[in-house]
Amino acid sequence: MNAGEPIIVVKDLVKSFDGRRVLDGINLTAYKGETLVIMGGSGCGKSTLLRHMIGVHKPDSGSVTVKGKNISSLQEEELDEIKKSFGMLFQSAALLDYLTVEENITLPLAEHTDLDPDIIKIMVKMKLELVGLSGFQDLKPSQISGGMKKRVGLARAIAMDPEIIFYDEPTAGLDPIVAAVIDKLIVDLSKKLMITSVVVTHDMQSVFRIADRVAMLYKGKVVEHGTPPEIRSSDNPLVKQFIEGNPDGPVSFIQSGDDYLKDLMK
Amino acid sequence: MANFIENIGRGALDVVRDISKAFRLFLLTVYWIVVGPFRKRFVSPKYIFEQLVFVGVRSISIVFFVSFFTGVVLAMQGAYQLAQLGATIYVAGLVSVSMARELGPVLIALVVAGRVGAANTAQIGSMKVTEQIEALDTMALDPVRFLVVPRFLALLIMLPALTVFGDLAGMFGGYVVGVVNLDITPMLYIDTAVRFLALKDIYTGLFKSAIFAMVIAIVSCYQGLNTSGGAEGVGRHTTVSVVTSFIFIILTDCVITGLFYFADM
Repeated sequence: MNAGEPIIVVKDLVKSFDGRRVLDGINLTAYKGETLVIMGGSGCGKSTLLRHMIGVHKPDSGSVTVKGKNISSLQEEELDEIKKSFGMLFQSAALLDYLTVEENITLPLAEHTDLDPDIIKIMVKMKLELVGLSGFQDLKPSQISGGMKKRVGLARAIAMDPEIIFYDEPTAGLDPIVAAVIDKLIVDLSKKLMITSVVVTHDMQSVFRIADRVAMLYKGKVVEHGTPPEIRSSDNPLVKQFIEGNPDGPVSFIQSGDDYLKDLMK
Repeated sequence: MANFIENIGRGALDVVRDISKAFRLFLLTVYWIVVGPFRKRFVSPKYIFEQLVFVGVRSISIVFFVSFFTGVVLAMQGAYQLAQLGATIYVAGLVSVSMARELGPVLIALVVAGRVGAANTAQIGSMKVTEQIEALDTMALDPVRFLVVPRFLALLIMLPALTVFGDLAGMFGGYVVGVVNLDITPMLYIDTAVRFLALKDIYTGLFKSAIFAMVIAIVSCYQGLNTSGGAEGVGRHTTVSVVTSFIFIILTDCVITGLFYFADM
């Protein structure tokens, strides 16, 4: 699958928040048309990594290159152009809650293109059809279920026909069937439309359903990376424990701050 | 003791940092209004119109009540004092001048800061904590252009308009007291009210309310955009937004009044 050209290249990425190193030298490449899954436990830095790829966070050192451009050094206008070529599905869907479903998907099209409102209306209908949600155009996000919100979020993410889609925990908090539907949509989109997908998740079922390649993050580092079968047969105890969902192992359950002992001794 | 002084220092630094950041937001907003349209499409008139309705039309009833009864109270208090001099007719001038110069702009700005400023912060703040601001950003929609500009423009247009309306409502309150209680004839009341009113009273009042509008818009949007910490954070920032707006309205009022009437500009 590595045959495609690299579209996102993360190099030696380091980021700290309040003196705590969240990303510790990440090297990762996503190739055109593939589905790259970044997995790892809560707080391992995977969402932070995603936010570097979309240009929300700036790295302390290292670089993130999207479509050949280092996005931390871009001018606002160039960055906007790159942003228009990708879509993002947020964990909470992040639909604008004062707009209807239809207006949410219309928004990027109306703001960034000169298309006729009638054409936009048809495009919005098509996108909603694609995620299996026609007939809900006039509802507000607060009136639809979590799974439907995710699908509307996905419809909005693909509104501008992006080259890359980022997914932040696309199946978190959904029932198994809806989760499978979302997974199927992700696979469909990447295969049918040749979209590059970067998915951040800790849902193991989902990982093996959608991934072309998997990278496992632990404590801000990529500890393992390969195709799903390679990951499944990995000897790395961190990966094994994560896949099996085993409470005992090298990944400790207790996430204390460093000074827990000091605190006790006070 | 050292700790105490340290805390004061840190607090002062925070305030200075907040003010400079809010000022930056103001410059960005002005930039998007003045230069923005040449670079990117101007924010959709639909969003500005929605804000105009929310800020203006929906504030009319509360502005009327507050101003009308302020006029009534002002006339009654004034009449009590002026009656001792046998000059109750001057109630008309007292009400009209003090409404136009001072009470109209300030009271209505305070009302609008409570109603619109709080709503701005709560809405933008809850958008912030539910990733909606980030979503706008990833769609290459600048939150300042998209959320702050319509609110800023709506306040800048509607607050002076509400002030004109409130001034009139207050004068009407005074008129009612004058005609019903003080037995001043309607024509005489109106004549006196207008005679004491200089054009300068009105335009300085409107100038004030335009400044207050910008204060409310920037403070409320700044607090909204900097919200963190979930629902609790939204509540905290909304409170801070309203309190800060109140303080800055009174402060700028003091400065502007000083400039206009003491420095004699």
